[in-house]
Amino acid sequence: MVIERIDEQMPGVILDRHAFRGDQTILVDRDRLLEVVDLIFAEGFQLLVDVTAMDALPREPRFDVVYHWLNLTSQERLRLKVRVAEGVSVPSLVSRFKSADWSEREVFDLFGIPFEGHPNLQRLMMWEDFPGHPLRKDFPLDGGDLFCTQDIGASYSPEARSLNA
Amino acid sequence: MAAINLDDSVMTTRLDAVVNWARKNSLWPLPFGTACCAIEFMSMMASRYDFSRFGAEALRFSPRQSDMLLVLGTITNKQAPVLRQVYAQMAEPKWVVSVGVCASSGGMYRTYSTLQGIDRVVPVDVYVPGCPPRPESMIYGVMKLQEKIVKEGRTDRKEHLERFYESLARQEELQEAGGLSSYQVVREMVLAAGEQGKQQIW
Repeated sequence: MVIERIDEQMPGVILDRHAFRGDQTILVDRDRLLEVVDLIFAEGFQLLVDVTAMDALPREPRFDVVYHWLNLTSQERLRLKVRVAEGVSVPSLVSRFKSADWSEREVFDLFGIPFEGHPNLQRLMMWEDFPGHPLRKDFPLDGGDLFCTQDIGASYSPEARSLNA
Repeated sequence: MAAINLDDSVMTTRLDAVVNWARKNSLWPLPFGTACCAIEFMSMMASRYDFSRFGAEALRFSPRQSDMLLVLGTITNKQAPVLRQVYAQMAEPKWVVSVGVCASSGGMYRTYSTLQGIDRVVPVDVYVPGCPPRPESMIYGVMKLQEKIVKEGRTDRKEHLERFYESLARQEELQEAGGLSSYQVVREMVLAAGEQGKQQIW
């Protein structure tokens, strides 16, 4: 399996791992991301399927940037995670994978995670002066825009409101 | 001099009545399909529900050639100015049917990205509830629109449209003055209207 091969060639780079029925996940440090990416590219993981992120708010550092790779010859899949705090940037993979371009812009737009070395790091979905990053857990569902919910009898439950506050 | 007997070949009526009769039976729909309502709409146009029975079978995908705008699905804040432009480009007189709850009120998308009802940016004539509404509901909605058209005076829609064109001119002014994009301006106009307790910007 690819996790063992990474272990052999770069001992200690994998901070955490998880494998279940072919679902292989590794957690690496952001400073060594590019080295690991070059290694797994050499191992045959040449299709970057998706770049996404996760916000685990009370946790520190709060974000997981998640990369999904597919090995086109062996049909193996690999998930790679990088843990970053708010405002900390992640090295961009655009120089290695063209598909990272829009995916990283989407993550930047919706989570506010900057990608270092991205050629055109602008919002992909929301408009330019949109306030905030909507997929963050502390972003209010209505975007802080009360016009969205006013004149509506059945508003959010108090529990949901407190989550949004 | 022999009297000409016209018998039944001439009928007298009001101009309004005959014009409206022609309008209601030759609606030219423009489908603005953005979500699952558009799938139900395909079913409505196809042979089972056969919408051509109501005189509106010829879909035109150019707003210049159509007079009934069917908004079929969720409209996001970013798409609101597109909808306004499409509506502005349509041939007069024009009518709008808001199909489904997303178009009518934002529906279940009570979120930062969704326009909470297209009536905030364009005038709407008929709302069809449902998520998505069945083809029967859409047909009923258009039948209601036909009833509405029959009752219209020839100049009834003028004021309605002028107000819309004024708001469009205001939008363009704001865009040029601030160097802003259309969706930023429409968003600001919607918010400003909301603060004044108004439901729409037109």
